[in-house]
Amino acid sequence: MNDEKNETSKTDRRDFLRKSLITGGILASGVLGFEKVFSSGKPKDTGEKSLLVNPANGKIYKASSMNMEEVITPPVSNEESRKGIAGKKFIMVIDLAKCDGCKKCTEACQAMHYTESDREWIKVFTMKDADTTAPYYFPKPCFHCDNPPCTKVCPVGATFKRQDGIVLIDNERCIGCRSCMAACPYSTRFFNWSHPSAQQTASIGKMEYSPERSVPRRMGTVEKCDFCPDMIRQGKMPACVSSCPMDALYFGDQNEDAVTNASGNTVKLSQLLEDNSGYRHLEELGTEPRVYYLAPKNRKYSAPDIKTVKKVKDKTKPSTENMDMSPMPM
Amino acid sequence: MATEKYNLKEEIETVREDCLRPTNHWGTNTKVWIGCLVVVIIWGVYCYINQLRNGLGVTAMRNYVSWGLYISTFVFFIGISHSGTLVSAILRITKQEWRRPITRSAELLTFVSLCFGGIMPIIDLGRPDRLANLVIHGRIQSPLMWDIISICTYFTGSTVFLFLPMIPDMALCRDRLKDTTTRFNKFRKWLYTKMALGWKGTKEQWHMLEKSMTIMTIVIIPVAVSVHTVVSYIFAMTLRPGWDSTVFGPYFVAGALYSGSACVILGMAAFRRLYHLEKYITPRHFDLIGRVVLALTLIYAYLNLNEYWIPAYKMATAEGHLLTDLFYGSYSKVFWTCQFGTVLLPIIVMSFPKGRKITPLVITCIFIAAGAWVKRYLIVVPTLLHPYMPIQEVPGTWSTYFPNYVEFSVTAACLAGIFLVITLFAKMFPMMAVWEVEEGIELEHDRLTAIDLKKEREIAAAAESNGELLKPIEPKIITPLIPSTK
Repeated sequence: MNDEKNETSKTDRRDFLRKSLITGGILASGVLGFEKVFSSGKPKDTGEKSLLVNPANGKIYKASSMNMEEVITPPVSNEESRKGIAGKKFIMVIDLAKCDGCKKCTEACQAMHYTESDREWIKVFTMKDADTTAPYYFPKPCFHCDNPPCTKVCPVGATFKRQDGIVLIDNERCIGCRSCMAACPYSTRFFNWSHPSAQQTASIGKMEYSPERSVPRRMGTVEKCDFCPDMIRQGKMPACVSSCPMDALYFGDQNEDAVTNASGNTVKLSQLLEDNSGYRHLEELGTEPRVYYLAPKNRKYSAPDIKTVKKVKDKTKPSTENMDMSPMPM
Repeated sequence: MATEKYNLKEEIETVREDCLRPTNHWGTNTKVWIGCLVVVIIWGVYCYINQLRNGLGVTAMRNYVSWGLYISTFVFFIGISHSGTLVSAILRITKQEWRRPITRSAELLTFVSLCFGGIMPIIDLGRPDRLANLVIHGRIQSPLMWDIISICTYFTGSTVFLFLPMIPDMALCRDRLKDTTTRFNKFRKWLYTKMALGWKGTKEQWHMLEKSMTIMTIVIIPVAVSVHTVVSYIFAMTLRPGWDSTVFGPYFVAGALYSGSACVILGMAAFRRLYHLEKYITPRHFDLIGRVVLALTLIYAYLNLNEYWIPAYKMATAEGHLLTDLFYGSYSKVFWTCQFGTVLLPIIVMSFPKGRKITPLVITCIFIAAGAWVKRYLIVVPTLLHPYMPIQEVPGTWSTYFPNYVEFSVTAACLAGIFLVITLFAKMFPMMAVWEVEEGIELEHDRLTAIDLKKEREIAAAAESNGELLKPIEPKIITPLIPSTK
C-alpha cells in the first residue's frame, strides 16, 4: 500500500531535500557537524571578494572567488569512521517490482563519488535465473554483509565492519593485495589500477580523505559502495536511494524498523519485508547481507522481456562467451 | 686389503676434486649465460618500475581477473620449493643412500624458489610502499597473514637446512683454496672461512652437526606441508566456485611435491651434464627418483579426480558454469592438455623402466613442470571469470584475461633470478654435499668389505666343516656403487 502512495508522490529535488532532511531527523542522533571551511561550489571569476572564517583560529579572511579552493575536511576523524554511528543498523531494501533499469542510481552514485563511468558501485544487472523464468532488473550495491567475507581476509584491517553495519575501506591503509576482491562473492569491489584521471582529481579538489567519503581515491587501493556515511551524518540518504525516480530503493535503520525511499515515504521495515516476501541474494552463502530484495511481482513498468536480453548481449559483444545469464537460483 | 684402503682414499680425493673443480673456473659459456640472465632481469626490473609508477593497470589484470600470472607464479614457485624438503628431508629420514649426490641441489632449489616465490605477491601488491602495514596493522585472521608467517618460517628453516650440511664443505673449500693472489679469491677465502664457522672436523663438531641435521629434518617436513596448505587457503577460504573446496590443502601440497620433484630431476640432469658428474649421478639415481615422481604424480592425479569429478557429477549452478567452461569452453584445450599431457602421459611413461632412463625422464619432467605452472593459472584465472554475479556491460578487457608483456617480463625476470642465484651458487660452492658423498662411499666400502669378510668366513667355515683344505683367499676387486676412476 505504501508503494502506491509513493507512486503518486513525485517531487522535485528541493522538495525532496526538505523531506529527506525531515526524515534525517530520525537518523540525526550521533550525527556530527559537516564542516565546510570554504563555501562549496565551483569558483567563478566574478571579481567579488568573500569573507571566510578559518575555524582553526577563528580569524576572518577576505579572498577573491578566483583564488578560492574548495577544501573540505573529513566529516569525522579516521578513528571515528572505523567505529561508526552508535545505535544504528543501516539497511537497504530494493523493490525489484519497481526497478525499471533506468540506472539513475548508478549515475547519482558516480556523480557523488566522482567515479569513472566504468565503475558502478551500484550496478543494475539484467537477471534471468533460468530460460523459463522472467527477466528482471537487479540493482546491486555493496551488501554490507553481517558476516563479511571481505573483511575477514584483509591482512591489515583496511576494510572493516562498523557497529552501524557498514563495511568501509580505509584507502590510506590498504596495501592493494586484492584478497577482499577475491573473497567477495558479489564482485562488489573495484581496484584502482591506475592513477585517478586528472579530470577527476580536479573535480574532487582539496577534499580531504575519509573512509566515510571514499575520495580522493588512490592508485593501488580498493574501493566499493560505502552506503554514503557522510550523507547519513548530514541526515541525508545515500545518493542512489534519493535519486531513484521509481522509489525502488529504501534506506533506513533496522533498529528503528523504518526505511525511507526517494519520495520521503517512511515505511515499517518488517512490514515491507513481510508483505512483499523480502529476501536476500544468495542467502545460502551465509554472508548475511544488509540489503534486502522484494520479489519482482506485479511489476510497475513494462516487462523487460526480449528487449532487455538483446540490450545486454549487444553491450557485451567482446565478452559474450564469458557471460552467465543465469548465475544462481534465487 | 691394503690396496683397497688406498683406493678408498684416492676415491675420496677424486670426489673432492670433482666437486670443487667448477668453483675454480669461470668459462665463457658461464659468463654469456649470466649476461643473458642479467639482461632479462634488467628488462623485468624496468617493467616493474613502470608498473610501480603507473599502477597495476599496465598489466592485463582488471576488476574481474584481479589475480593473474603473478599469483599463479607465486603458487608455482612455492610449489617448487617443496622439492628440497622432499628429496632431502624425507629421503634422509628414510635413510635412502641414493639421495647423497642430489640433496644439495634440491635444498638450493627450495631456497631460491622460496626467495622468488615470496616476492611474487609483493610484485602483485598495489601498494608495496605500505608493506610495513602488515606489521603495524597485521591481522592474524587473514589467510594472507598465515602465508606470510609460514613462508617466512619455511624460508628460515630451509636456509638453515641448506647451510648446515654446507659447513664441512666450506671448511674443505677454505682449506683447498691456496691461491689468494686475486681479489676475488681473497673474497672467496674470506667467505669460506666465515661460512665454515671454524669447522675443524672434530668429533664434537660432527656430533653437533648430525644432531642439528636430525632436528631440522624432522622440523622442516611439517613446516613444508603447512606452507602449501596455507597457500591453498588464500583461495579455499573464499566462497568462489572452483576455490571453495575442502580438498585444496592436500591438492596443493601434492601438486607442489609433484612439480618440485620434477624440477629436482631437471636440476640433476643439468648439473650432471654441465659439471660432468656422470660418475656420481648415475642412471640408477634417475630411475629411483623417477619412481618417486611417478608415485607423486599418481597421488596428484588422484586428487585431481577428487577436485573435478565430484563437483562435475553434481554440476551445481555456479560451479557448473565454471566446469563447463573448463571442460568444453574457452579453457578446455589447455585444461585437457594439462590433464592428459602432464599428468596421465607422465604416469604412463614413468611406469616403464625405459621411461625412467635419463632422456625420456627429463622430457617428461619438463612437461610436468610446465604443466604444473599452467595448472596454477587454470586454478586462479577461470574462477575469477566465473563470479556469482553475471559479467554484464563491462569494458571488454574486464571479461577476458591473458597476461601482457609486463607480466611476462616481470615473471621472466623472476625465473631468470632463480637461474642466476643457482648459477652463482654453483660457481661459488660445491653442488654436491662432498662430505655426504664421501660418507656414502665409506659406508658402501665398509658394507662391501663386511660382505667380503662374511663370505670369506663362510667359505672358511664350510671348508672346515667339509674337512677340506684351506686355500689362500685371493684379494677381490671391490666394485662399489660409485665406480672408482682408476
